[in-house]
Amino acid sequence: MANATTRLLVPSTAKKGDIIEIKSLISHPMDSGYAKDASGKVIPREIINTFVCTYNGAQVFKMDLNPAISSNPFISFDVKVDKSGTFDFAWTDDNGTVYKDQAPITVS
Amino acid sequence: MRLSPFSTLVSLALVIGLMASLAGRAHSATDPDQTKYAVGAVKSDFLYLDAQTRAMQKDVFGNPGFLWVGKGKAAWSVAEGTAGKSCSSCHNAAETSMKGVAATYPKFDPKLGRVVDLEEKINEMRTDQMGAPALKWESDPLLSMTTYLGNLSQDMPVAVATSGAAHATWLQGQAYYNERRGQLNMSCVQCHGVHLDQKLRSETLDRGLTNGFPTYRLAWQSIGSTQRRFRECEQQIRAEPRPYGSKEYVALELYVASIGNGLPVETPAVRK
Repeated sequence: MANATTRLLVPSTAKKGDIIEIKSLISHPMDSGYAKDASGKVIPREIINTFVCTYNGAQVFKMDLNPAISSNPFISFDVKVDKSGTFDFAWTDDNGTVYKDQAPITVS
Repeated sequence: MRLSPFSTLVSLALVIGLMASLAGRAHSATDPDQTKYAVGAVKSDFLYLDAQTRAMQKDVFGNPGFLWVGKGKAAWSVAEGTAGKSCSSCHNAAETSMKGVAATYPKFDPKLGRVVDLEEKINEMRTDQMGAPALKWESDPLLSMTTYLGNLSQDMPVAVATSGAAHATWLQGQAYYNERRGQLNMSCVQCHGVHLDQKLRSETLDRGLTNGFPTYRLAWQSIGSTQRRFRECEQQIRAEPRPYGSKEYVALELYVASIGNGLPVETPAVRK
């Protein structure tokens, strides 16, 4: 799953003090470790276990994900913005891979 | 002016009655979806979804099918095969050259002399023009390309040809649609025609149309092709599913698409 695709929806501009909605999506099978394949073998667990969003270096949102969460997890949350900068997103896979993405924002 | 308690009560009742009738009318009055997603008596399966799933399909960001649209778009200009060509080498920008194309598939292919669906057409182009290996059915790259091409026809009417060279195949598809099979001895038309709008356990039976395929099914947690859905249907009636790309399924794809002729292409649709 090294080629997970991420999608972000972050407003490019906002006014100081605005509360903006951020949407994020990652393509990932989220294999729970309970399912079996066609030949009856257990598909080993491999999920995104942590999602972190930082705003200019400071963590603004963190989420622990569990095996019951469906594939292609869609995470949406609100953030109050006060200065221009960058949102960094990181999804941590069970296999250790960290998928990263970022989005800039201009605050006036 | 002083109103007697009785007349106040009467006018109050009138106001409440008026409000109720207005609310009733507002509820049944023109929901744009009802006209957009229906042609005559044929309603898209979209109208059988609950409000939440409809909203998910319409939300360009929240609809997971767009992950595959993005992957298909990226693959469009990647050169593959011995000819060193990509799709865009010949077809240029897909946004103009491929607009409305997917809405006409399955379609008669003069070169192969038979009706082919979009998957077969893509693979024919890959092997003949690009010198690249055919993509496996239901593989991620093939689904990405069909979803991308389908999405380029979004909101355009489904327009498959049922006459002319495609007519014989269309008739085969119609016969397959009406033929009983499997341990349950059922045909497609029994659920999706005869008992349309009735309940099958908790589900309302819809037309089973293909205008939203490849479709993101919540039950699959993935996007899937029309033929994957056909295979699942056949399993449910305890018939032996046919292999991907079989001529019966291509004919059935053509017939089912023709039932939905005129409905908007919804690719990538979201279904339960």
